[in-house]
Amino acid sequence: MDLPMKWLSEYVDLDTTTQDFIDKITLSGSKVESVTSLAKDITNVVTGKVLEIEKHPDADKLVVTKVDVGSGEPLQIVTGAPNLYVGAIVPVALVGATVYHGNGLEKIKKGKLRGIESNGMMCSIEELGFTVNDYPEAPDYGIYIFKDEVPLGADVKKLLEMEDDVVEFEITSNRPDCFSIIGLAREAAATYRKPFKYPEIKVEEKGDENTADMIDVEIQNPELCPRYIARAVKNVKIGPSPLWLRHRLTASGVRPINNIVDITNYVMLEMGQPMHAFDIDTIDEHKIIVRNAKEGEKITTLDGQERNLDSSMLVISDCNKAVAIAGVMGGENSMITEGARAILFESANFNGPSVRITAKKVGLRTDASAKYEKGLDPNLPLDAVNRAVQLVEMLGCGEVCKGMVDCYPNKRESWSVEYSTDSINALLGTELSEQEMIELFKLVEVEADGKTAKIPTFRPDLVSEADLAEEIARFYGYDNIETTLAAGTPTVGKKSHSQIVEDKVIDTMLSLGISEAKCFSFESPKVFDKLNIPADSPLRNTVTISNPLGEDFSIMRTVTLNGMLNSLSTNYNRRNESAYLFEIGKVYIPKTIPLTELPDEIRMVTIGMYGNIDFYGIKGVTEELFTVLGIRDKVEYTPKSDIPFMHPGRLADISLDGESIGYVGEVHPSIAAAYNIGTKAYIAVINFEKLAEYATFEREYKALPKYPATTRDIALLVKENVIVKDIEDIIRAKGGKLLESIQLFDVFRGKQIPEGYKSVAYNISFRAEDRTLTDDEVSSPVKKILAELEDKLDAQLRG
Amino acid sequence: MKEKLAQIRDKAIQKLNDASDLKTLEELRVEFLGKKGELTGILKGMGALSKEERPVIGQLANEVRADIEGKLEAMKTALAAKAQEAKLKAETIDVTMPGNMPELGHRHPMTQVIDNIKNIFIGMGYEIAEGPEVETAYYNFEALNIPKDHPARDEQDTFYVNGIGDFLLRTQTSPMQVRVMENKKPPIRIIAPGRVYRADEVDATHSPIFHQLEGLVIDKGITMGDLKGALAEFAKGLFGEDTKVRFRPHHFPFTEPSAEMDASCFACGGKGCRVCKDSGWIEVLGCGMVHPKVLEMCGIDSKVYSGFAFGMGLERVAMQKYAISDLRLLFENDTRFLKQF
Repeated sequence: MDLPMKWLSEYVDLDTTTQDFIDKITLSGSKVESVTSLAKDITNVVTGKVLEIEKHPDADKLVVTKVDVGSGEPLQIVTGAPNLYVGAIVPVALVGATVYHGNGLEKIKKGKLRGIESNGMMCSIEELGFTVNDYPEAPDYGIYIFKDEVPLGADVKKLLEMEDDVVEFEITSNRPDCFSIIGLAREAAATYRKPFKYPEIKVEEKGDENTADMIDVEIQNPELCPRYIARAVKNVKIGPSPLWLRHRLTASGVRPINNIVDITNYVMLEMGQPMHAFDIDTIDEHKIIVRNAKEGEKITTLDGQERNLDSSMLVISDCNKAVAIAGVMGGENSMITEGARAILFESANFNGPSVRITAKKVGLRTDASAKYEKGLDPNLPLDAVNRAVQLVEMLGCGEVCKGMVDCYPNKRESWSVEYSTDSINALLGTELSEQEMIELFKLVEVEADGKTAKIPTFRPDLVSEADLAEEIARFYGYDNIETTLAAGTPTVGKKSHSQIVEDKVIDTMLSLGISEAKCFSFESPKVFDKLNIPADSPLRNTVTISNPLGEDFSIMRTVTLNGMLNSLSTNYNRRNESAYLFEIGKVYIPKTIPLTELPDEIRMVTIGMYGNIDFYGIKGVTEELFTVLGIRDKVEYTPKSDIPFMHPGRLADISLDGESIGYVGEVHPSIAAAYNIGTKAYIAVINFEKLAEYATFEREYKALPKYPATTRDIALLVKENVIVKDIEDIIRAKGGKLLESIQLFDVFRGKQIPEGYKSVAYNISFRAEDRTLTDDEVSSPVKKILAELEDKLDAQLRG
Repeated sequence: MKEKLAQIRDKAIQKLNDASDLKTLEELRVEFLGKKGELTGILKGMGALSKEERPVIGQLANEVRADIEGKLEAMKTALAAKAQEAKLKAETIDVTMPGNMPELGHRHPMTQVIDNIKNIFIGMGYEIAEGPEVETAYYNFEALNIPKDHPARDEQDTFYVNGIGDFLLRTQTSPMQVRVMENKKPPIRIIAPGRVYRADEVDATHSPIFHQLEGLVIDKGITMGDLKGALAEFAKGLFGEDTKVRFRPHHFPFTEPSAEMDASCFACGGKGCRVCKDSGWIEVLGCGMVHPKVLEMCGIDSKVYSGFAFGMGLERVAMQKYAISDLRLLFENDTRFLKQF
């Protein structure tokens, strides 16, 4: 909503600067978006009278003029303008002036045109930043010429009333009344505690007919149209509006068109009530019917577009055809044309949501619909229509007929809200007296007596005591409310167990050199094909967005791989030598499709790495994580090959207490290639919810050993397909209670090792708490271990 | 004889002084003090001396021996020190070469902002609530006093999802207020950070996915003054002790009275700069006293309890705090970006 400060001053005398106004009105609740100073950039342009015009000796299209700018010696100015004559008074940009020229602002310098000195420039209306619409007397092409005798050397900006500050407001949806100059003026007056001057609306009604004799109105759907007023004007003379009116429209961002259209726009801006004007003779049988459109009905709107209507939409029609889409736009068929015998002003109230939905459906959001959709006061149309015909009389562009047709089946009456001074004080933390509150209410035209507040009908937002409390707070001043720290019942601030686990996961990753990533939670369904996920996989059952920004953002992810691989790819293709990333992010798993209850949202820890890393590196990362979370002993890694996007020979399932909670491995080379990752990439995915469930930070100290350990190194010859997990399981099973630890220290293939075999070497450590072990005590378990290894795995001790 | 001893001493000390390594010192020890050494030679000739002379010469000889031995030790120490010095010098390295412990990882700037805010509120007695991102229209709108056909529903460009009934991606973290109030009895002090979704095309300042943080306090006798107090403390914690705040009336369907809070610009201190677009203020959050209707819908008696709520976008805070010019960087995960935080 744009508010020209000059227009505002008609309703309230603020006597202050624009900056002060912005600061104060902001703090009373009208949010300022921006300020534009009109004609701010135009400087040093004054009136000048053309005294002489001579041909330029060296250029056919140029003339050399002498111009009197009221400062003694006339200026010599060379120009190509076609419409000059001796005696014309024109705007002259002096040397040093800035005006719009060519592509933007330009500073006028002393110069020579084809060898003749020129000391300034005569200006067109465009060069002053305006258009012929703003100043219809200006020529389409050529210098602006003042119609009247004006003083020479006078500031043109002031003379043409170009200057104004326009303050742009963001109006919140609860304040439809503030979508008008009047509404903002009321706020301004309350803010400054100055009187608010509502315009005096008077109509002379010189027309010889009664509106009621000229038109009938029938509202078929009072739900969607609580009120419809029609008022006729005869002998309309269409022409340009006067300067003051055009200026107000232009300053508000509305293009002046002709007096009748300008009047409807003026009233809409001033009062906040959209208006429409029909040619009365285009209304068949002179009867307006407000009804729902028929299914399949069509109308061509004023902009020349054919619009398809349906039965949810409200139209204004006559007995045969729709003549306007209610609250949105008029029809071409009822447009006012030159020579219209009489016109009809419509000032009506339509249901806000209905207008909003209709405008959306027909794809036509107009200034009028934007106002209606906020929900306007049905008491407003009366003043608005009278204001419009008052302007018709002021502009002398028609004869206003007597009376009006006012159909008001759904009257809005003022309502009362009960309140108590004490409870408002209790809510705000203030100590205002009953009388102080009554005075504050008066500022916003609420009549209160300490118990009951009578609400004006233009304030539909005031329905409860809390709403009244806000009015008190706004005009008492939010900044005047004393700042306190909530006493009340003390509470302990803390994180939950799972939040602590999350912090630990992040800390561990960071300490291992892995940085935190964030990926989008929605992606394209094409991801499943890209990741080679089978067509019948349950992972393809997704929470799907019905109105996505595009296919790429249309499903909630069920796997986290795509985001991580894209991130690795981004890094790889930007030539980052390595990238170690992790993300704690959700997957969204629907329980049914379509949803009948909320989906499971499961947080996953996804680790992605490429660079100086291999499988054992990323596996080590997961091992460290489990150690930090106190669950290392419960975790097992077993070979796995059934994840389609992972390397089948370099993938381990991760299980916790026997339940699979994730996997770690190398990305399948063809998947890496599909993501343009030209190197080996490694991924681990772990269910965070399971980590949170099992993680423990309880630790118990175990006494440091007093006696030395006895160790045995064994090197085993085993077949290539034997995995160390099987060897270690046997060592642990047969090691007896003195076994302390086992350490794999070498895996060797090559000389001395037969093809298809490998040598696996362990350091096995035994220890007793209370003595140094003898050789015999250690030999026995070692023998058992070797026997079992030979028996189960065909493992031979190497000599 | 006396002269001879003095000569030996002078000669020995002279030679010891000239010695440049431990090997020469050893040779000199043998030369002067060894079994076949000069001093021993003299002492062997003592038998020829008179009874009176013998103790005098004997004592002198011992003194000479002690002097030579003393000198020998001193030279050993000096040479050892010299040798070590030489060794250390040889071991000199270029300390300006880079260190080589593995680098640490980096916390995402959004997480840093969220952690920072969490810590401030935990210090004030708040807990951290969590809630679903796929929500129902009831929690996202109705229970927050945004009925069907309310213009706010359009303003928020909601993503709807495939469900029977109104399932959607939450457009705000506010539904967590409702979930907390339904499940917990006052006193309530919580914050709830999380992802929210709105149909905004991706560009430098918009993203269809972004983060918000919600706060809620419900107790007996909570006032708007308390809201101002808590949020002023928060602003100081986030932007620095000197931060000032101002509250502007605003409108949210689920709070009444409602406000937006601005903080004095942390970059210029309120004088006006590029960060605050010359206004001296930065818009930080929306807040207000919880609407009685919302309390009642959550089963909390609005005659007994009151409270305040606040909500803020976190991307903007991160972008302002770290001078990040393009929102897309936050979801790209380029390590050159992440390593800066």
